[in-house]
This record gives sequence, structure tokens and C-alpha cells, in this order.
Amino acid sequence: MSETGTCPRGSLKIYLGYAAGVGKTFQMLEEARSAKQRGVDIVIGYIEPHARPDTIAQALGLESIPCRAIEYRDRYFSEMDSDAVLRRKPQIAVVDELAHTNIPGSQRTKRWEDVQILLDAGIEVWTTMNVQHIESLNDQIWQITGIRVQETVPDWVVRQAAEIVAIDVTPEALLNRLKRGAIYKPEVVQKALSGFFKGANLVALRELTLRQAAHEVDHRQTAFDETTGFPVPRIANTRPDNQPDDQTQERILIHITAAASTAMLIRRGRRVADYLHADCIALVVQKRTPSERQRKESAVIEKHLRFARSLRIETRVIESDDSAEAVVEFARRNQITQIFVAHSRKRFSKLFLRGNLAESIVRRANDLQVTVVADRTRRQAF
Amino acid sequence: MARTRIPELSRPDPERLLKQVQAEENKRWGARLKIFLGYSTGVGKSYRMLDEARRRHERGEDVVVGAVQDRQPEDVQVLLSKLESVPLLPAPEGQSLDMDAILRRHPQICVIDPLAARNPAGSRNAHRWEDVQELLRDGISVLTSVNLLHVEEYREKVQAITGKETSETIPKSFLLTADDIVIVDVPTDLCLSRLGEKLTATGISNTQERKLSELRELTLLLTAEVVDAQLESYVQTHGIEPVFGTQERFLVCITPSSNSLSMIESGRRNKERFQGELYVIYVRDPAASAEDVTKIDAYLDTAKEAGAVPEVLESDNPISAIVEFAYQKRITQIFVGHRSKETWRDKLLGDPVLRLIRSAEGIDVRVFPESTIL
Repeated sequence: MSETGTCPRGSLKIYLGYAAGVGKTFQMLEEARSAKQRGVDIVIGYIEPHARPDTIAQALGLESIPCRAIEYRDRYFSEMDSDAVLRRKPQIAVVDELAHTNIPGSQRTKRWEDVQILLDAGIEVWTTMNVQHIESLNDQIWQITGIRVQETVPDWVVRQAAEIVAIDVTPEALLNRLKRGAIYKPEVVQKALSGFFKGANLVALRELTLRQAAHEVDHRQTAFDETTGFPVPRIANTRPDNQPDDQTQERILIHITAAASTAMLIRRGRRVADYLHADCIALVVQKRTPSERQRKESAVIEKHLRFARSLRIETRVIESDDSAEAVVEFARRNQITQIFVAHSRKRFSKLFLRGNLAESIVRRANDLQVTVVADRTRRQAF
Repeated sequence: MARTRIPELSRPDPERLLKQVQAEENKRWGARLKIFLGYSTGVGKSYRMLDEARRRHERGEDVVVGAVQDRQPEDVQVLLSKLESVPLLPAPEGQSLDMDAILRRHPQICVIDPLAARNPAGSRNAHRWEDVQELLRDGISVLTSVNLLHVEEYREKVQAITGKETSETIPKSFLLTADDIVIVDVPTDLCLSRLGEKLTATGISNTQERKLSELRELTLLLTAEVVDAQLESYVQTHGIEPVFGTQERFLVCITPSSNSLSMIESGRRNKERFQGELYVIYVRDPAASAEDVTKIDAYLDTAKEAGAVPEVLESDNPISAIVEFAYQKRITQIFVGHRSKETWRDKLLGDPVLRLIRSAEGIDVRVFPESTIL
């Protein structure tokens, strides 16, 4: 995580919430103001006002770097002016909405990429995001809410944060704020009420946020303990004998195919690997003499490989005409402890000559652990 | 893709029914209990709570402060000055709420800071949390605050981490009756600076912070547990399908022939790493030998030691029994062993592991090798 360069990398602080309006930006600005009063050189790189007046009022009293106007389809959009922030070089920059996608024509596609530039320059960054924007949670969020979140942040970016603060508010209070018009303009409220703000969604997202924050706190303890040899037994996790519990280093292999479920498989594998502190490798098996259909699929596979690499998963491509056999062989040769495969539920899969790939991997790998990752498609009907 | 069916999902669970009845009784004429939970002093619970009291007061709700802490930072004093108070009753060995005065005044909302306090001898209730119950029963909503240290079930843990002791606690069961619970979470360095320590860089940088960080983790998980209970009761009262995936829940299926011990061990590790829940089940086989029964009993004991919930299911269809159990408990991962011997039944119906994979829709299935490598 530590980059070598002329100056030490800036540290990252994330205010984590579970919906718009929980008060992430508000608390961030409140802490920014109090830092300013202590004499810290802190500026606003970007805040999303969402037309929330009290939030803007908070921002007053803090120096703000003017945004850059970017023209796109005859309209102007405001994006953070990273260059201007770099020139100003404050000790801390406040940058709202880490998951934001910049308008086409911006220097970088994602705001989290802008933030990387600031961190590299030694600027500390405070930012906000919601739990549903964490890449590896994308399918779970879909399973819970029925919503496919488009703007995501890779887990390794979140992991960079020195500090994560959970911003908690009860769903009831949040719904009141929403109905009072304190979060969205009236015309958007109805839409919100049928999306994330519907039914049990808020409660479930809130639980996820608290658990994610606990996990992040736990991870930082482990890092601290490893570097300092912290003497006090860990109680939170009730690890029985206070010894590192991974004598066996896990290595996870994700089998990448052209199937649509592969993205889901990659996310799940990444998440499990992170929690188990495991290595994570993604593997593609190419046919020696590909058919027409397989040649067409190669673009999709390439996309999956890029996705895996963006989540910092090592990728390998091998050639074989027997995919299942090749995956299992590769796993045995590379000390893999767990193979991750997706299960195709197509009824007619049996009709294909190769049969069900996941099932044949399970049958063959009888000396390895194989995790058949569920299709977390949300059930219909409520 | 619709899940085929969720067998017997609606079967009433007596414990759940009881909880529902209790929840109904706790409705208390619309009075609500809201608890602000913090991992230490200095996180800003009082401020957050009184700020909410002020906002409600400004919106026209009738708010009275029934108890405040002795020493308060300036910003909290400013909030207090805007609110009506009923002073505490002095007694030789401590103070107590002036219950008669509060009940007479009968505000809509009463602020009680802190919640954990032992009342002086001769008071109507031994503990302040029992006073709060009485206010709620009388239709007065309560805003109150508590530190993890003062939750009875966490007292020893917190003491082991910080060395701090207390005799003033509330039961966790009372926490679970709250209509609303909010965690007041701040970075550990900020908390330390409020307690008068020098501000360090962000992240954990010293032993003090490391200890607070552990309290913080416990508090986040406790809050998540309360929120999960709320989620379950929401699902119950609205008759909707269970919500999967807010927490990792592991189900280990053991048999006499499978490599059960290493599966249970892996389950324990996963439970800890994911801060999740672990279930270990055995579907009873009427044809099991005495030797097998002994084995299974030993496995179930191991499971209990590993912090799992062990359970024995009775069914002549093991696959559907497992899947049904998994749906009921909102399982996210099922652990099964490869089958070494094929029985007549397997020959007839196909490999049971594959059949399980096909029927456990929406749940990951992790298949373990049969060979014993521990």
C-alpha cells in the first residue's frame, strides 16, 4: 500500500453510509470545520450539494477549490478540478462521493481515480460513499434490493482507507427526512421510495454497513497487531487461543468463462479471498482449436479478465480442449485450496456436448474444495 | 429466475410467535425507546442525542430532560440550556430520576442520560433502566444513551480490554427491546482527542487506539445484531420473504463418512473471519450403525465447542431437509463432503452433492474432499 515517491502518500478517510441523506457529507464537513479551527490546512475539493441547503451552509467557512466545467452534449457539468487541488496542495482535501463517475471528457473516468492522484501527491483525502457502491457487494445488494448499482468502487480502494467511519441513522429518521424534502427534490422522492428506500431495504443496507465497518475496523487491527506484535488478546473475534488462525494459507482459483455469471463469480471470489486473507487467481482455459462460437466469445472473456485485473486479481490463460480437467490440473499444480465456479442453471445444458462444466469440475476435483457460487438473482414478487 | 419453492416457510416457530407477542406488548401506547450506543465516553453520544431532542423540540414536540451527566462539554451545555429539565432527586448515596415529577409533567419525550445507573436504596426501582420501562408503559417516549461497557453481557470483555470496571449495567435483552438504536461511531483518534489525548494520525497508531478500536468493532457488531433482529421482525410482520445476504451464515452438513472435523474447523474459521453465524446439521439416518451414531455425537460436540449451533434433522429426504433448513436460517454458504461410496439411492437419483447444488438456489455450495487432511 505504501508507494515510494518523493513524499509519503496521503491517508484516506471514508465516511460510510447506507443511503443518500444519512448525513455522511454533513458529518464530514462538521469534522472538517473543527479541523480548520484547530489550524489544519483543509480545503473542499468537491462536495455534492444535492440541493441540501443546510449542508451547503456547513461548507461556508471552509475554503473551496472551484470546480472545472466540462461541456458534454451542449450542457456544462461540474467536476472536481484535480489539477487545481494539486496546485493548492492542502494538507487535507474533502472530496464528496467517491463512487461518482465523471462526465465523458474529464481527465479520468472515476472520481476514485482522481482521489488516487491526490493521495499520490501526499494530500490526505476525506470522502463519502455508501455500502452499496463496494464492488464485491454488488450481487448481494442486487439480491437484497433488486437494484443493480452501476457506480462501484473496487474493494482495494476502500481497503486503502486508514479510517472508515460508519454514519448511522435509523431508517425511520431517514424516511422522515426524505418525506420532509430534506434529501431529494419532491419529484424524486416517489422514485426513491420505490427503490432503496423501499420496505426492508434500508434496514438490510444498514446492517450491511455496520458489518462492513466492523470488518474494516477488524482488518486494521490485524495490520496493527502484525506490525507491532500487539500483546493484548483479541476479544471481539473470540479467537480461542490468540494465535493467527491461518496456518494453512488459502489460495482461491476463479474459473473465468464467457458466461454472464462470471462477473458475479469474480466479485464473490474476491470478497471471500479478502475475508480469508487468501491469494486469488483467475484462470481462463482456451480451446486449442476454437470453434466459431468460441472465437466470438473471446471478447467477452477479455472483458472478464480486465474486470478481474481491475479488482487486483492475478490472471492466467492456458490452452486445453478439456476445460474441467485443465482447471483441476492447474489447481493441483498451483497449490490451490479452493476452486470457485459458477453453476449454469440452463435446463438444456445437458444437451450440450460438454455437459455442465461446474458439475464436472466438482466430480473431478475430489481432492480439492470447490465452491459453486450461487446465482444471486433476486426472486420476483414483492 | 424464480426459486422453485420455499418449503414450510410459514410454519410458525413458537419462539418467534412469543417474540411477536412481546413486541406487541412493548408497543406501549405508541411510546418509543431510542438508544444511542457508543463504544466509549468521548464519542459524542450526549451531543447527538440532545441535538435530536433540540430538533424535536423546535418541531413542536414536547421534550423534557429527565437526567444528564455531571460534567458536560460546552456544546452539550448549550443544547441543554434550550430544553426544559426535571432535576434529579438527590439522595445520600447518589441521585435518581424524579419519577413522580416526570410522570406528572408527562412530556411526549423524556431524555435520560445515561441509561445505566443504579438507583439509591429505597427508590421505586433498583435500576434506572427499569424506571425507563415504567415511563414507556405510561406512554412517554425515551431518548437515552449507553456505553458498551455498561451492557451486562459485554462488561467482562470490555474490562479485559481496557481494565475499566463498572457495576452499573443494563441487560442486553433490554437493548433488544429498543424501537430504534443508533451507533455513534467516530474514529478512535478523534475519540481520544476528545478525552484530552493528543491527536494522532488517522488509522490505528498506538496501543490506546488499538484498544478503543476493539471496543468499536464490538459495538458495530452489537448494533448490527440489533438491526438484524429488526430486519427479521420486519420480514415477519410484513409477511415478506427472508432477506438473504446481510450477514454470512454457514451451514456445515456432516455425515459419519465425510471429513466432518475439517469441515467444522473450516466453518469456525469462516464464521470468525466473516463475523457470521455457523450451523452444523446432521440428517438422521435410521440405518446408521452404533459406531456411526457415536461418531456423529462427537462431531456435534466439536461443533458446539467451535461456537456452532448444532442440530439434528429428521427427514427421509436429506437434500430437501437441508435446503429447507438453509432457507429458514438465511444461510449463504453450505458446506458438504464429497460422497465416497455410492448407495442404491444415489444410483437411482444421482450424486447427492450435485442434487444439493441444483436445489440450493441462491446459496453457495462448497464441496469438501473426502480424504482426511486436517
